[in-house]
Amino acid sequence: MSVLVDYAPLLLRGLGMTVLITVLGAVVTVIVAFAAGIARLSEHAWIRVPAGVFVEVFRGTSMLVQLFWFFFALPFLGIQLAPLTAAVLVLGLNEGAYASEVVRASIKSLPRGQTEAAIACGMRPVQRMRRILVPQAIPTMLPPMGNVMVDLMKNTSLVSLITVLDLTFAAQQIRTTTGETMAVFTTILIMYFALSLAISAITAMLERRFSLDSSDLPKLKLTDVLARSKAVSQ
Amino acid sequence: MIWDNEFALSIVPALLQGFLTTIEITLLGTALAAALGLVVAILRHLRIPVISRLLTFSVLFVRGTPLLVQAYFAFFVLPSFGLTFSALATGVVVIGINYSAYMAEVYRAGIESVPKGQWEAATALNLPRGRVWSKIVLPQALRTVVPMLGNYLIMMFKDSAILSAITVVELMAVAQQIGSSEFRYLEPMTIAAVLYFIVSYPSSILVNRLEARLAHS
Repeated sequence: MSVLVDYAPLLLRGLGMTVLITVLGAVVTVIVAFAAGIARLSEHAWIRVPAGVFVEVFRGTSMLVQLFWFFFALPFLGIQLAPLTAAVLVLGLNEGAYASEVVRASIKSLPRGQTEAAIACGMRPVQRMRRILVPQAIPTMLPPMGNVMVDLMKNTSLVSLITVLDLTFAAQQIRTTTGETMAVFTTILIMYFALSLAISAITAMLERRFSLDSSDLPKLKLTDVLARSKAVSQ
Repeated sequence: MIWDNEFALSIVPALLQGFLTTIEITLLGTALAAALGLVVAILRHLRIPVISRLLTFSVLFVRGTPLLVQAYFAFFVLPSFGLTFSALATGVVVIGINYSAYMAEVYRAGIESVPKGQWEAATALNLPRGRVWSKIVLPQALRTVVPMLGNYLIMMFKDSAILSAITVVELMAVAQQIGSSEFRYLEPMTIAAVLYFIVSYPSSILVNRLEARLAHS
């Protein structure tokens, strides 16, 4: 156990990096999700089709392959990305592709009358989306978005494989230098678990904040939030 | 020319070999996850005091931690207890346990979707517990569960790439080996991506169709 005390700074640095990548990745995910999700609802094929291809390609291939492709294969095409950039970009694009389905489905689930009324009021498509459709879709979006964010956080561990010094990378370093496998990996498993719970708690809070009628929401229970399923929309 | 066709063709057989292992892991892992998930779901349904709590926490913990770290844990920690398995066996068990946590939840929803009247009717007929599950509850529950299990099968197929980190020689590991020994990553990584895509994309369309058909009937 004393190993953990000696190597605490390294673990904390790794934890900091994991949190940083999760936050940056989440920002990219949200941007990609709204851009691709709304683009797929467009009536113009030249917007809809490329967005569809992007989503299917990123959902259809393994995230690790994408990560390696961006880090190792892209330089052959003359584009060299720093490990951290590649990491954030791939996590954001991959999870964004999943999350775009969340955005698309929740906007599509709104009653048709909302769009018709907005058109009757003389709103342009952009206004319609920004003022009427997106705000109403947010309560539906939040729970599955929270799942995507938990997935994103867990997937940050893959960046250790392209030499980003995150929590998993730090644990591997400690393992190879000390051989204290059990203590180190148990510690980081608990750290990741705590991060998952934190993300679930944030989602639950946002759900209450954005719910149209908070009286019909059940009492906040962490176990329920985290018990929902992985990457909801296939 | 950036893309070397001759090189690309020469590495296809090796990549396909790795791809077979990927398929093998997916099938074995799914079988394990499906079985284990069902056991967990039934045990949780029975609400046995301590066991139920333990299971709930375990499912939560498995879901809340990364597959890669779970794989490292199994691969590096178990041998120090004198338990040594091949990388492949370790990989299948880890991914199977990981997905069983998700599948248990799917089964639970399926079991809960069986109308209460079915349970009551079974009680009225005085059927033994085992028969109630095997003849009445599970056949109805499983029908709604099939498309979700299909989705997890596809996700596991893609996630199996992570096992390359614990030296399982599947598609991703082969692609990486070729990349590092030939100093050319573009072709092996691209071919690997294409192989993942040509399986998972049509499969997800099939699963969606199945889902739509079951929803209608």
